[in-house]
Amino acid sequence: MIDYHFDWSVISRNSGRFAEALGLGLGLAVLSLAIGCALGLACAYARLSGKPWLAWPVRGYVELIRCTPLLLLIFFIYFGLPELGLYGMDKFQSFVLTLSLYAGAYMCEVFRAGLASIPKQYVEAAKAIGLRPWQRQRWVVLPVMIRITLPSISNNLISLFKDTSLAAAIAIPELTFTARQINANTFRVMEVWLTASALYLATAWLLAALLRRVERRYASIR
Amino acid sequence: MAGNVLLQARKVHKSFGETEVLKGIDLDVAQGQVVSLIGASGSGKTTFLRCVNLLEEHDAGEILLDGEPVGYRMEGGRRKRLSEAAISAQRARIGMVFQQFNLFPHLTAEENVMLGLTRVLGKPKAEAREIAGHWLARVGLEARRGHYPYQLSGGQQQRVAIARAVAMQPRLLLFDEVTSALDPELVAEVLAVMQQLAESGQTMLLVSHEMLFVRDVSHHVVFMDQGRVAQAGPPAEIFGNPESERLRSFLGRFHGLFAL
Repeated sequence: MIDYHFDWSVISRNSGRFAEALGLGLGLAVLSLAIGCALGLACAYARLSGKPWLAWPVRGYVELIRCTPLLLLIFFIYFGLPELGLYGMDKFQSFVLTLSLYAGAYMCEVFRAGLASIPKQYVEAAKAIGLRPWQRQRWVVLPVMIRITLPSISNNLISLFKDTSLAAAIAIPELTFTARQINANTFRVMEVWLTASALYLATAWLLAALLRRVERRYASIR
Repeated sequence: MAGNVLLQARKVHKSFGETEVLKGIDLDVAQGQVVSLIGASGSGKTTFLRCVNLLEEHDAGEILLDGEPVGYRMEGGRRKRLSEAAISAQRARIGMVFQQFNLFPHLTAEENVMLGLTRVLGKPKAEAREIAGHWLARVGLEARRGHYPYQLSGGQQQRVAIARAVAMQPRLLLFDEVTSALDPELVAEVLAVMQQLAESGQTMLLVSHEMLFVRDVSHHVVFMDQGRVAQAGPPAEIFGNPESERLRSFLGRFHGLFAL
């Protein structure tokens, strides 16, 4: 028989640490997504530029990142880069760099597909009123593309948020790491891990619900 | 042709790969006139229109707007393509309305009209909004200014597209089969707006299959056939005295319309 006596007081005693850890994970995900979006957009334009010397390195980057486990990338950038003579990043910077590079590769593909799906007629209409090339991108192509790709951006944010748990591997005190520490000090295995799981679940679910609202608000494109 | 010549095309050629679509088009549009291009599909009407607005670039010959070559300048006897900025500036003086409306889907009717006013002509937002309101009222859509394209019918969308083009006060307005994608009951409202514009003295070059409209509104009609101008003249002459067999057979398809 199961002989486990739940004692939830461990959670209330550590609620502040849980909250802080959750906030940190969210912050890491949002920051990495923001950098990843900028990087991904630049890469998408490079891929579509028709210039092989721009398109091919980007393709290599995307495939490298997509085909390598994230945990390995985290280790490589945190432990490997200093060995190559690149010092000076603390573990937070190193992790944000990793997660941004990771997000950038995925966002590159999302944005590339999005840009390619913009009907040519919108661009022609933009030309016809005399908008310059960069204005056509800024005022017509990008706004339409962002609306089209919003569901994918949301998915990526939720994935990235869950992926922040891997930061535990380099001792960043986000939710997973913190839960492990509390567990190690209190041995309240079930309470701690159930709480951590519930927090991930609830936050991801809330994020999804929130982003669905944003998507609906911008559903002016069919 | 009377009046100041606004648009002048001389021996315009255009090929897509092996296929020569325009085989030396000569055509003048005088200021304040309405010139219509008619002809079977594939005769090059739309391609010519797109060359005028630089959505396609002609291979040979010249297209002059206000005496200025469209899309290039001459340098030592050679054609040199203009910069993108200069091409955009030329396009701003030519309005275009498309078959599929092509409204910007993320902007309201009003914002669609305002975009060119603020970003191309550099007008302040308030003034642009006022101008947009004026033109949306002219096409009968003042009440719909806050609607997005998907909330409008095809005819309404096309009227917004016309407002967007006219608001820029272009020297020349191009219409590319603007009623072809519309349900029959929505055609009239768009033609009515175009007729109003024609009567206000707006210079227009249009491609249309609406023969009655072409006959009633045009000053000059150009029948194109297989990439050439086969016959051109005032509507009375084109519709009353078709010279070639091909024009007769083309008009024959619309026979019922003219048996009034």
